[in-house]
Amino acid sequence: MSNEENKKVQLKVYRTNYNKDDSSHYDKFEVPVKRWTTVLDALLHVKSYSDSSVGIRYSCRMASCGSCGMKINGKPSLACYTKISELKDDVIVCEPLPNFPRIRDLVSDFSQFFSHHKNMKPFIQNDKVSVDIDDKSDLVEFEQTHEDVDKYLQFSYCIRCGLCYSACPTVATDPKFPGPQALSQAYRYEADGRDNSKKTRFNIIDERHGIWRCHFAGSCSVVCPKGVDPALGIQLLKGHMLGLSKNNKKISTLRTKNNE
Amino acid sequence: MGTVSNNKENNNMNSGREGIRGWLNPTRYGWERVSYWLQRLTGLFLLVYFVGHVYETSSLTNGVDAWNSMLELTQTIGGHIFLILVIGTSTFHTVNGIRLIFTESGKGLGKPGRPDYPYNPSSLNYTQKSGIWIALLLACIAMLYGGMVLFGEGG
Ligand code: HEM
Ligand code: SF4
Ligand code: FES
Repeated sequence: MSNEENKKVQLKVYRTNYNKDDSSHYDKFEVPVKRWTTVLDALLHVKSYSDSSVGIRYSCRMASCGSCGMKINGKPSLACYTKISELKDDVIVCEPLPNFPRIRDLVSDFSQFFSHHKNMKPFIQNDKVSVDIDDKSDLVEFEQTHEDVDKYLQFSYCIRCGLCYSACPTVATDPKFPGPQALSQAYRYEADGRDNSKKTRFNIIDERHGIWRCHFAGSCSVVCPKGVDPALGIQLLKGHMLGLSKNNKKISTLRTKNNE
Repeated sequence: MGTVSNNKENNNMNSGREGIRGWLNPTRYGWERVSYWLQRLTGLFLLVYFVGHVYETSSLTNGVDAWNSMLELTQTIGGHIFLILVIGTSTFHTVNGIRLIFTESGKGLGKPGRPDYPYNPSSLNYTQKSGIWIALLLACIAMLYGGMVLFGEGG
């Protein structure tokens, strides 16, 4: 125990500022670590006691907001979800996420990644249900069984952290490719019984830079911190689009106040 | 967005994309990434071989001497090694390719379910990993056998 108390590691942090004429380099910091210290804890320690100008982005510190993604010892990871003791290394290298434009230090620009997500129309569309409701008594709800929910639940756990996007070898060369996050969200709504608009999303992803550029390298599922398994969603979606696997989707029944 | 507008915009570091360099290193993300890398590499190699093969066999139209001098090319040590590579790559590409036809149509990857820590993604399951290993193993066996025939007695 006492041995553990005084352990120190070296944190190598990628530094650059694209708004200044600043060439990129690494700054080294010594940080004390405990068994439970995360990479984010270590970076915050650096900001408090060594160099407050290190640029990082974070919020929840508990793998929920998806903002602290970075490359840690070569692998896209969440800083708040990566314990230094698990890395089994005395040097921890923090770099910005690959495949994202860089802003400053470890902070990258997510606008293109988010726009791919938005392109998938990531919300429930159902032409049987009116969106504009004036009278509360017209509100309806969908009935779904637990089995119906299990078909898409894991994909809905995505926190849009972008780790999958930075691990994908197709994204690395093709900015127009939607990437694993967006494509697995297309599957998430395709598998959701409350949504009945599959053709619109099929048309969006069935194009030259679309879903067929995925060759199942599986790296997205290796790095995903939430168990989304985007590669699974994408391959299942391909099967549906090819007509090779049945889509057993039952559109959920509507429950209104009147027919209860 | 305009968050990153400056004149260095177009250099590769700022766009952050790994580009072809990301593709070249298959060692970082497990066996599925190796499969992806090898499938492409072997596919391209076979394409080169196929073009060469058509050229080789078409020499027959120039008479039997032209054909024989082509055949002599494959009787050299380099030619033997090249043919052994053709045997290995075609075995791997075919076996793994058949596996990929299934997986990329959503077969054999398991079903979505409730994710529980430590989140073992079902698409990276051991049946599929074994498929990659078997393809590699068969490629090695085929190359060994090919090597024995080519370099063995009377080769
Ligand atoms: C029975 C034999 C074969 C099977 C089952 C097969 C299967 C496949 C499959 C499933 C893919 C797509 C993999 C992916 O999605 O990344 C593929 C890609 C490819 N194949 Fe084959 N193939 C065979 C023979 C050949 C031959 C003879 C050639 C060369 C003349 C060839 C050249 C290629 C190339 C260039 C690619 C593209 C690789 C890539 O984009 O990653 N294949 N093959
Ligand atoms: S699929 Fe996983 S890795 Fe990709 S953005 Fe969502 S939570 Fe992050
Ligand atoms: S700080 Fe929210 S995911 Fe890491």
